[in-house]
Amino acid sequence: MGTFLTQLGDSAGNIGAAILVTVEATVLGAILALVLAFILGLLARSRFLVVRGIARTIIEFFRGTSLYVQLFWLYFALPVLGFQISSALLCAVIAFGLNFGAYGAEVVRGAINAVPKAQWEGAVALNMTGFQRMRLVILPQAWIGMIPPFNNLLIQLLKSTPLLSLITVADLTFEGQQLRAATGQTALSYLFLLVVYFILAYIFTLLMNALESVAKARLGRGGGLRGLFRLREADPTGRSAGAGAGGGA
Amino acid sequence: MNTSIWDWTVVEDVIPLLLKGFAVTLLATVVGSVIAILLGLLLAMARRAPTRLVRVPVRAFVEFVRSTPLLVQLFTVYVLLPSLSPFVIGASVLGIHYATYMSEVYRAGIDGVPKGQWEAATALSMPRGRTWQAVILPQAVRNVLPALGNYIISMFKDTPFLAVITVHEMVFQAQEYGSDHFRYLEVFTLAAAIFLIASYPTSLLVRRLEKRLGH
Repeated sequence: MGTFLTQLGDSAGNIGAAILVTVEATVLGAILALVLAFILGLLARSRFLVVRGIARTIIEFFRGTSLYVQLFWLYFALPVLGFQISSALLCAVIAFGLNFGAYGAEVVRGAINAVPKAQWEGAVALNMTGFQRMRLVILPQAWIGMIPPFNNLLIQLLKSTPLLSLITVADLTFEGQQLRAATGQTALSYLFLLVVYFILAYIFTLLMNALESVAKARLGRGGGLRGLFRLREADPTGRSAGAGAGGGA
Repeated sequence: MNTSIWDWTVVEDVIPLLLKGFAVTLLATVVGSVIAILLGLLLAMARRAPTRLVRVPVRAFVEFVRSTPLLVQLFTVYVLLPSLSPFVIGASVLGIHYATYMSEVYRAGIDGVPKGQWEAATALSMPRGRTWQAVILPQAVRNVLPALGNYIISMFKDTPFLAVITVHEMVFQAQEYGSDHFRYLEVFTLAAAIFLIASYPTSLLVRRLEKRLGH
């Protein structure tokens, strides 16, 4: 235990840097996923069958094949075709973005469809253009419904980042294994690693709760700060985690 | 040495290996699902236990397991229990990880059973065990079947993680063949295709089940 703590103190710098790598991959992956989720989610509601078809195919493809396989494909197979992604970290960010973007697209689509029909009709009655209707009326309401499932996806993304250690990136898991090799304390090293991931997940959840409070306050539905520290709710339908084939709602 | 980008002889070569690995993938999914379905139910029921001494630790366990990475959990158990076979560890950890997700599914199902059902069972002075078994669970479980199906598909897509503790599932076979022959394009494209072929129709089935149950 003593040697473990000494070693932990000695490698604090490395571990700090590794946490930053993990957080960086999570945040960049999430940003890419968010952008793709909105693009694909909106295209999947298009009037045109061809556009819808293309969006659906992309969504189902990335939901139907495993993230692990997608990452390894980008890292090992893509260079064979002549495209070398410049860094392993970027490779992972792209894989995370594509995979979680596809899951997120279903969240976006479902949340937009869940906005009551009267809101759409009201916007039409006010003579708003399609763009205004989306930006001023529909999205601010749909956004609130998207945040809890986005939070679940964000934590899943965070939990997928140990994949980085398999493609030579010195992320948190990699440093945890270094710590284990240096101290020989297997149980303590891995327990430490799990606890750090748990704390990171909780910090991300707090931030998402805050985001939800802000979004609600903007629509005058504020519940104040009460909900800020609650834990993430699970998705009781499993839709955000599992199956493809387009949700209902 | 064939230098074309896509080599069909590699495909012929590797498909039997991938299918052999796929059998392990399926077995891990089935074993993991059985563990997750049963343990998930136990965890959900434990969270309704009459005493906090049970409820609080169970809640903490569920939150901790579902907020930490499967990959690290696999490594942890793998190095701590070296006497067990990698497959047993892999399928069990996968099952326990998803049990925590499924416990939340069951919990939603149990919460969805009207309070009057509990009260009626009390009024009939049914013992607690019989109330669960004959009144609550039949109603709760039926409604959550599609959600359980979704998580099983998700679990199926997480089985490649088992490769990191040397379980010879499909992606392990793909990686090994790829590094031995330095042919990555074919093996990972095929692995992706097999995943898609297996998971997409299953997800359609779950969707139909959802519709039939009126979700």
